[in-house]
Amino acid sequence: MKQSRVIILTGVVIGFSGALLMALGNPANMGICLACFWRDVAGGLGLHRAGVVQNIRLEIVGFIIGAFLIANLVKGEYKVQSGSSPFTRFFLGATMMIGALVFLGCPWRMVLRLSGGDWTAISGLFGFIAGIYVATQFLKKGFSLGRASTERDTKGYLFPAIAVGLLLLRIINPEFIFLSETGPGSQFAPLWITLIIGLIIGGLAQRSRICSAGAIRDIILVRDFDLFKGMVAIIVVATGTNIALGQFNPGFTGQAVAHTDYLWNFLGMFVVGISAIMLGGCPLRQTILAGEGNIDSVIAVFGMLFGAAISHNFQLAGSPNGVGFNGRAATIGLIIALFILAWVNITKNNQEIATKRREASSNA
Amino acid sequence: MPKKLIDTSGLSCPQPVLLVKQAVEAGDKDLDIIVDTEVARENVGKFLKKAGLDYQEEEDGLQYHLLTK
Repeated sequence: MKQSRVIILTGVVIGFSGALLMALGNPANMGICLACFWRDVAGGLGLHRAGVVQNIRLEIVGFIIGAFLIANLVKGEYKVQSGSSPFTRFFLGATMMIGALVFLGCPWRMVLRLSGGDWTAISGLFGFIAGIYVATQFLKKGFSLGRASTERDTKGYLFPAIAVGLLLLRIINPEFIFLSETGPGSQFAPLWITLIIGLIIGGLAQRSRICSAGAIRDIILVRDFDLFKGMVAIIVVATGTNIALGQFNPGFTGQAVAHTDYLWNFLGMFVVGISAIMLGGCPLRQTILAGEGNIDSVIAVFGMLFGAAISHNFQLAGSPNGVGFNGRAATIGLIIALFILAWVNITKNNQEIATKRREASSNA
Repeated sequence: MPKKLIDTSGLSCPQPVLLVKQAVEAGDKDLDIIVDTEVARENVGKFLKKAGLDYQEEEDGLQYHLLTK
């Protein structure tokens, strides 16, 4: 199948699943949200103690295992690479999560919120596009996190094994695992459905490379609309399905798990846009890459878990009441930090240093 | 004149395409591009086609050379 068709198919499935999972029990406009789901996993593991958002979400497990299995079935797709600025990637994973939780959702939830009639997400969309635009300017100036090197396949099995561990923890539910009794964390579709949908989307996302940040980045950088078609497919199908299921509630007020601090919606997603472009992909793309052997993305994902934990421990995350002082201060601080990081990593020497090291090590 | 070598191995998206784009815009059309992931291979290939450049692929261990002509 032609690549752009695979992308559209993936978008159709994500859009439909997003609306369906919501109808089957997931929180409002949260059929699929990588920021919310990883945040809930952080809570389920007790990394933060915000009682309303603790749940080891099996969609996440499905994304990882689905991507892992499909990548192993197709020649050349499963490839273990690591070593491209690991700590910077950890930090960027954390900033991406903190920004997303100020807004209340990853870019795909932003799109699903719009598809459910939640117009408060519009300023987030503008912030996301602005962040991506700024970060593409960094790329044009030579921003790079340096090269990764290829390692043996078995080194990539650890992360999918952890995903299986998460699956077991959710099913066995030992006493040290948390599961919300109220709030969004307590709302979930039947587990086997979330797992199966996760597996399907994980496999499709691996094949299509669908990415919310890449969709806009590719238009700006190379006038390529292929990934953007996936985003359009999600909006069209999710909106249609929401209307059909009676879940379409257009308006600027009373939206679930959302707030009306428009400036902070904008700036939160601005942070997400910059972070995602620096990392090379949005939260979903990082999760999929982590499944298919990219250890640098595994590190970004653990940065996201860390970011989620401190977001709630330090009360940085937005809530239906808006964004508090801590969240505003963190957002401003992170924007400054991202510009410094960009400056540090814009150097022609970066790539040359990495190349020389690799040559030196292959000669040794 | 030897082909200009662009080694994109180990670089994350979208740097492989960007490096090729910058080379093509600078007037270099005789290129030897090393790619080491399927994503980079697809994306660089797609970009070369769009830029009107024919290329052939040579498998080289864990990576590919995309050679324009």
